[in-house]
Amino acid sequence: MRRNRDFTRRMVWKGLRDGLPIGLGYFAVAFSLGITARGAGVSPLQGWVASILNHASAGEYALYALIGAHAAVWETAAVIFVTNMRYLLMSAALSQKMDPKAGFLRRLGTGFCITDEIFGLAVAHPGAVSCTYLWTAFILADLMWAGGTLCGILAGNVLPPDVVTALSVAIYGMFLAIIIPSARKNRVLCGLILVAFACSFAFGLLLPSLSEGMRTIILTVGLSAGAALLFPLKDEDGKEAKA
Amino acid sequence: MSSSEIWITILVGAGVSLLVRALPLTLIRRPIKNRFIRSFLFYVPYATLAVMTFPAMIDAAAHPAAGIAALAAGAAAAWFGLGLFPVAIITCAVEFLAGLIPV
Repeated sequence: MRRNRDFTRRMVWKGLRDGLPIGLGYFAVAFSLGITARGAGVSPLQGWVASILNHASAGEYALYALIGAHAAVWETAAVIFVTNMRYLLMSAALSQKMDPKAGFLRRLGTGFCITDEIFGLAVAHPGAVSCTYLWTAFILADLMWAGGTLCGILAGNVLPPDVVTALSVAIYGMFLAIIIPSARKNRVLCGLILVAFACSFAFGLLLPSLSEGMRTIILTVGLSAGAALLFPLKDEDGKEAKA
Repeated sequence: MSSSEIWITILVGAGVSLLVRALPLTLIRRPIKNRFIRSFLFYVPYATLAVMTFPAMIDAAAHPAAGIAALAAGAAAAWFGLGLFPVAIITCAVEFLAGLIPV
């Protein structure tokens, strides 16, 4: 019993230590998201709740953009599904690292924790995932994420417009930081990203009536399916995808 | 959008996010074998993020040239291995400085 409690305490400590730097980065990016949310008419409480529950940069950006565009609820659901689709892959990968005895609630709770960075921690943790470790890191990081959103919504009108505009591109900087390093290592991804840029630009010019959300869904599904047909993964790539 | 419509949208979004995150973890107990599905899932994040970044990033900037400068600076910083936080700061700084130059 005593050894168990020591182990728990160690995992909580490790979770706090690894969650803090993640949370600091989250705070800054969420601040920029809060500015987007404010522009869409989202209240501070709504933004805080949305951030606690969604905690996904791309998915939440899409959420606020669609609220701002008065999109239909089904369209929002579809876009969030597509923008968060990468979590399907991460969740599938984590299912291989769960204690096989873990029950439904434990799996549900671990799934709720998944973000790009928390997933990274889970993968880096040797052996089966420690839920105590993961949840501690997640709760700290998620609170800082929601705090950032809240501050962004509250402070958006205090800051000069030049600064607000500059902060609003932070989220795109984070997207670049996720996709570019992989593009450097993988020529197919590099090509896919450039084609996606070009198609997104062309769709905006040629089909201006198509909503941003629909454009994201159509291009993501179309381009990913095309890439999967033309350049199916080898087994080694599958392992790389998990890393 | 009214406040209650925003709440509904937020809760639907949260529900979808939870499903996407938790379904495979609760259902799949063995590795995915299908090569097409694995490949498709591997490419999805890159395609989505790329589509959402461009040209939206250019539109969000003070003027297109500032957006392009921030995109180039952010892409270069990410290429050379800087993390999420530094890249985000660099894009903001470049947009801010380039935005001050009248076009």
